[in-house]
Amino acid sequence: MIASLIQLLTGMAEASSLFLVAAGLTVIFGVTRVVNFAHGSLFMLGAYIGWSILSRMPRDPEYFALGVILAGLATAAIGAALEMTLLRRIYRAPELLQLLATFGVVLMVQDATLHLWGPEDLTLPRGRWLRSAVVILGERFPLYDLILIALGPIVLAIIWMIFTRTRWGTLVRAATQDRDMVSALGVDQRRLFTSVFAMGSGLAGMAGALALPEASANLQMDLTAITDAFVVVVIGGLGSISGAYLAALLIGILQAVGIIWLPKSTLVLVFVVMAAVLIVRPNGLRGRKLTAARGEADTIASIKPASPSLKLAALATLAIAIAAPFVIGPFALSVLTEMAIAILFAASLHVMMGPGGMASFGHAAWFGIGAYAAALPVKLLTVSMPIALLIAPIAAGMVALAVGALVVRLNGVTLAMLTLAFAQIVWAVAFQWSDVTGGDNGILGVWPPSWAGPQAMYFLALSLCAGGALLLRKMLYAPWGFALRASRDSTQRAEAIGLDTQRLRLTAFTLAGSAAGLAGGLAAFTKGSVFPTTISIGHSVDALVMVLLGGVQTMAGPIIGAIVYTGLFDALLLATDLWRFVLGAAIVAIVLIVPQGIAGLAKR
Amino acid sequence: MQLTRRTLLAASATLAAPAIVRAQGSTPIRIGEVNSYTAAPAFTLPYRNGLMLAVEQVNAAGGVLGRKIELLIRDDAGKPADAVRLAGELVSDQKVDVLAGGFLSNVGLALSDFALQNKKLFVAGEPLTDALVWEKGHRYGYRLRPSTYMQAAMLVDDAAKLPAKRWATVAPNYEYGTSTVKWFKQLLLAKRPDVTFIADQLPTLGKIDAGATVAALEQAKPEAILNVTFGPDLTNFVRQGNTRGLFENRSVVSVLTGEPEYLDPLGEETPEGWYVTGYPVNAVKDAANLAFIAAYKARFNELPKMGSIVGASLIASIAAGITKSGSTDSEAMADGFAGASFATPFGQATWRAQDHQSTLGTYVGRTALKNGHGEMVDWRYVDGAAALPSDAMVKTLRPA
Repeated sequence: MIASLIQLLTGMAEASSLFLVAAGLTVIFGVTRVVNFAHGSLFMLGAYIGWSILSRMPRDPEYFALGVILAGLATAAIGAALEMTLLRRIYRAPELLQLLATFGVVLMVQDATLHLWGPEDLTLPRGRWLRSAVVILGERFPLYDLILIALGPIVLAIIWMIFTRTRWGTLVRAATQDRDMVSALGVDQRRLFTSVFAMGSGLAGMAGALALPEASANLQMDLTAITDAFVVVVIGGLGSISGAYLAALLIGILQAVGIIWLPKSTLVLVFVVMAAVLIVRPNGLRGRKLTAARGEADTIASIKPASPSLKLAALATLAIAIAAPFVIGPFALSVLTEMAIAILFAASLHVMMGPGGMASFGHAAWFGIGAYAAALPVKLLTVSMPIALLIAPIAAGMVALAVGALVVRLNGVTLAMLTLAFAQIVWAVAFQWSDVTGGDNGILGVWPPSWAGPQAMYFLALSLCAGGALLLRKMLYAPWGFALRASRDSTQRAEAIGLDTQRLRLTAFTLAGSAAGLAGGLAAFTKGSVFPTTISIGHSVDALVMVLLGGVQTMAGPIIGAIVYTGLFDALLLATDLWRFVLGAAIVAIVLIVPQGIAGLAKR
Repeated sequence: MQLTRRTLLAASATLAAPAIVRAQGSTPIRIGEVNSYTAAPAFTLPYRNGLMLAVEQVNAAGGVLGRKIELLIRDDAGKPADAVRLAGELVSDQKVDVLAGGFLSNVGLALSDFALQNKKLFVAGEPLTDALVWEKGHRYGYRLRPSTYMQAAMLVDDAAKLPAKRWATVAPNYEYGTSTVKWFKQLLLAKRPDVTFIADQLPTLGKIDAGATVAALEQAKPEAILNVTFGPDLTNFVRQGNTRGLFENRSVVSVLTGEPEYLDPLGEETPEGWYVTGYPVNAVKDAANLAFIAAYKARFNELPKMGSIVGASLIASIAAGITKSGSTDSEAMADGFAGASFATPFGQATWRAQDHQSTLGTYVGRTALKNGHGEMVDWRYVDGAAALPSDAMVKTLRPA
């Protein structure tokens, strides 16, 4: 019983830490609807800035508090600058474009932090009070954890007061509901949004500084924080502060107790909780159904047939792709193969995201299932490559069908996060089931048969991927595609004319999963190996970036995005140590210059 | 759409262009190195410094076989699939003679498999998994660092002398962690059948929930703890452990914790009396170590870390292997490296013929706190050869 009380308190302290990171994210999302991928970077910057301030100050509690507040103010300033220079320009751009822009920022901040503070983990020397413990029922419990436990609800109360008891808070809530109305009443909406963004960023920075007594400032903390924060925000209900606290409490305590019964559970526990909560309560614990905030950008992706010049360009590209292997070297050929596979991967996500209206943060799941479904039969049953390549899309499609049945009932970011949860569960299975999947060491030696050299594999990949992408395109211009778009644009009207919208969405989901599975199967054979990293969040983000970079509105978008992103990535990786910074800057530049994606250039 | 075509062309032109202008006369020996520079900078950046320093030294001394060494470095960002792709670029476009590198075990194994497939020599520096030289060892694969088996074997003598009978373990949940725990248990039980292992914590790499992990270990009431975590996980674990008194009146055996990259961040919170493997950079006094430290400080204006040692030794081991092989032909090197002896800052080491593991050892000692910094005390150098199993056992472990 004593141990379980300590575990409970430990869980509550962890919950407060989680809440402090997530609070800023949910505030920002609730008001601006920006999916701020850079929130983890702001958290990391808060920790580094906090370290720079606090390691120069006396170690007394009052100086610690001062340092944390200063770190918060500094990150708030950075956040405000970010909003004014970048996000403000793209509020009216297509949905999720802010995610792409902030992803670019994440990459830039990673390299900037490395160069400003160096590679070594930075730890803050702790004053005596920070190291002290309180004896609870004979067990020692850190005093600082008790402070954290109290801090969570205090911050919650302060945010609540600000939003309900001040004029600024009232205006912000009004802007959340109806942006146009608020600005018609003469309120400077831009300043309002900047201040909200600064507040959320400041909260992230403070959370970073508050993490210092129990952790180091290190270069991996941004990505760890961002996933945790997103999960908490979504479980709690998007934009709900109190929901975020409840969600943090749920995760913190489950984690602290679960670690005793099943130590490995930490790998995936938060995502299992998220999946369970979203299946039962699609809007999260305390979320309301999101109504589109009036005044939001026109986010509808319309699909027009390709113009003659575009068709010509596509043919020319294809001709180059066919001729290329006879001219270029083996590595360039492997890059082209990679591009071909990326095209199908991106095009499959686009079917869901564009015409289907369902963005996914976990698209790598299907790619990974396809890869494993192709590799395992080859390794275990010595199945031949053509059959393995047939199994890949079928397996991925079947799992997508089962998962899709749960997923398509949801919408927007919630739907995207549920796909992320499933991807993480699939990842955990691949990672943990070492007897079958080889665990983190993956499956090696999945080489194609001897008749299929690199060139043959390239043509196989090219024909299957280009063919797959064309087939997807064909389907979108078929009645099925129009019906799918109808159910995206107006669910009620679509149903009124007798369309089964859920079924249409489910078909799109399954189709996308299946196509991504084929891409994964091809990847397994061209690389000769499969690793759990193919299912990682990073790989899912790659798919999103490709679609958004190219432009979600056109069928050419994901194809262009896949070519540009893969090419840019490979070229930069070889060209510079600072490839993350340059890649990030390039993404930000593209977002600012052509918010509708590179394919949008052609339309101008 | 024009842009696509242009980008595609530009991209393929960049990639296809032979980036080398070869010198007239004797061409340099090219070493292609792939590592997780952006994913694990705390280890890999000092490591890269070590590589560069050693290459400069070898070239200043006239190179190898009368040829200079040229180093080509690639960043795999911690992803095994990218590592394999970059290895492909190094082999097919850059025509490197030797592949080297790796930090995480899975990346090392992926590169090793690539080397086998392409019949190219691969010399792994840091990856610690035993599979690299045993279970999945092959003719073209060599590995420098003491493996998880060797790390466990080096610590187990001290562990067996402890009175503790009830042990708990905490290790990151991936190959390196689980493999170290497996060997440590096996080796300790062989020496001390009275020992029982009562709790195993397996936090996710880089995401330890330190408070809950420490509380769970505390609840199991072990007499001794084996720690395998490193980096940010270790810092969090130690801080929570210190505050909650987990390490008081308990023995702790800890892998890699004495390496400066992991010990330095612990600062004044360094727990005292842990049995660790590592590198007492402030205390070594022998000529080889001091010479390296002086050269490193002169070049980079900081003290070397364990990564620096691995980087420098890796180049030395490759140079010696090529010299002994008398050629950069892969087949000649695959045979010729075996038995080659090379100088490292830690002393002389050899490439073993039976499993292609080097005999580079590491330091074993105890942690102590001096002037607010963690140090290793009572240390001794354990030669790698002394920590390896019998040849008969290696034979059963290495099918190839």
